[in-house]
Amino acid sequence: MQRLRAIMKKELLHIIRDVRSLTIIFLLPLIMLVLYGYAIRLDLKNIPLAVWDADNSQESRELIRAFTHSGYFTLTLHAITPVDPLEVFQERRAKSVLAIPVDYGARLHDGRAIPVQFLSDASESNTATIAGQYAEQIILSRLMSRFGTDAPLPDVRALVLFNPELESKVFVVPGLVAILFMMICALMTSITIAREKETGTLEQILVSPVRTAEIIIGKLFPYMFLASLIGVVVILIAIFWFGAPFVGSPLLLAVFSIVYLLCSLAIGILISTRVRTVQVAMMAALVITMLPSIMLSGFVFPIASMPLPIRILTHIVPARYFLVIIRGIMLKDASLYLLRFQILPLCILTFILLVVSIRRFRTTLE
Amino acid sequence: MSESAFAVETKDLTQRFGRFTAVDRVTMTVAKGEIYGFLGANGAGKTTTIRILCGLLRPTSGSAFVNGHDVIRYPERVKAGIGYMSQKFSLYEDLRVRDNLVFFGGIYGLGRERIEQRIAEITSATGLTELLTRKVRGLPTGWKQRLALACAVLHDPGIIFLDEPTGGVDPVSRRTFWDFIYSLADAGKTIFVTTHYMDEAEYCHRIAIMYQGRILMCDSPSAIRESTGDALLEDAFIRLITRESDTETGGD
Repeated sequence: MQRLRAIMKKELLHIIRDVRSLTIIFLLPLIMLVLYGYAIRLDLKNIPLAVWDADNSQESRELIRAFTHSGYFTLTLHAITPVDPLEVFQERRAKSVLAIPVDYGARLHDGRAIPVQFLSDASESNTATIAGQYAEQIILSRLMSRFGTDAPLPDVRALVLFNPELESKVFVVPGLVAILFMMICALMTSITIAREKETGTLEQILVSPVRTAEIIIGKLFPYMFLASLIGVVVILIAIFWFGAPFVGSPLLLAVFSIVYLLCSLAIGILISTRVRTVQVAMMAALVITMLPSIMLSGFVFPIASMPLPIRILTHIVPARYFLVIIRGIMLKDASLYLLRFQILPLCILTFILLVVSIRRFRTTLE
Repeated sequence: MSESAFAVETKDLTQRFGRFTAVDRVTMTVAKGEIYGFLGANGAGKTTTIRILCGLLRPTSGSAFVNGHDVIRYPERVKAGIGYMSQKFSLYEDLRVRDNLVFFGGIYGLGRERIEQRIAEITSATGLTELLTRKVRGLPTGWKQRLALACAVLHDPGIIFLDEPTGGVDPVSRRTFWDFIYSLADAGKTIFVTTHYMDEAEYCHRIAIMYQGRILMCDSPSAIRESTGDALLEDAFIRLITRESDTETGGD
């Protein structure tokens, strides 16, 4: 206990004394939060829209106004004569085309089915999909306002349930927490051990009767504390600045954040056992944690649409599980039971990583 | 075995790294209270031997007992009773002198009061008292060396291993350092030191001359000088080593 306390205290001193690193550790998440929160916008505004309004009636003009007033579309071309969508897309005059049939107003009056056509340039597939969804929403709400719930409904996607405005920051920000946790923890632990290797102080510690577990736990605790603090700050900013919802149980999130933090710290230890210098540790930690956590976790790119080998690979990316957990708790009030298929693998992964890292730590130093 | 008369006792201690033999069948005994020196060029196997004796390395073969404890089987028992100072003066540069001492006392399981008491004793003996609140970074090398030694002996070990303790330190600091070593030896501590400085070797009660992982000769500095008929230890050292390398090439 004495020895464990000595290591924790010293590690805390390192953290506190090194004001510059401390500032970076706290600023990095904030910068990333702002960058990702504002710059990475998966929702689109002002999609250029070309309209071929064959009807040119009051009703059709109302529909067009609904599109432009939504903020999602900007009218770049408004024609009564036929518009060739291929030409429009090739000339990049618009990314979507809305074609209103000649009898739109008449059909609307009679309550008949209306074949409105909406075309999108799918060379940017994401934009196309999202534009399609927006269009569907707009047309649906037009119909609803006219006919109430008896409207002839187009199919509505489940996607809009928890994020009705389809706002990406609502799901980007919680995901960002997952990535920041992983990055900061792995980075901090791998650096602190690598630094002690570099200066030779690790050898000095190993020649004392301190046990491996004491070294590792003594090092982990202060960084876990720091990481939790950063986590709380990031989540608070997410809620109060970005307006991300938090409908679930903070306790549940806290418990699994700790599991996930341990997992990230174990990865840091594992990295530190393979490297000799701080620089290499830093590079390795960034590459090993950041890329998979962003690319393979479902943070931006849905796992379901990845090819099978990559999809299998995602199972060893811890962020993949935590992402579902944190989004589930923050946005959907998911319960322990609902998240069991995320929680179980995450715990197993964490356990394996901890055991392996402690083992390796011991053997590589002998 | 723990009632051994020797502080260090090894038999045919061997360490191989792949095909390279760093330590080659080293057999030696170091008496309690002795200042024992390992003299040898870089790469002679001095550091490797010390690292085995401190429980940092597992030897390929042979046996080693430190304070009567088997280093290979019970490294933890050995570790509690030894102090070790590596050639790099491994200190935390970003922490204060005091923090370093408290930390190294802590990892040896010393209680708070005991640490305070030992810090007071040691800093007055080494003259570090004035510097307790200074950061290690920026201290002159001589002071860092003394602090490293203070950290290594804070838990009051019976044996102190010093691996080239005076590298890059000016002669005056070196002298003060050795005064402190002598005071430790007078207090009954065993000192095991490696060096390639001849003047430093002269301070030892006995020295072992190491060459390519083997001990060529082990005796008091004066006895070694007499055996080769040299007035200077340095000449004796060089003579012994050239003789050895000659017989090696002759034997091929």
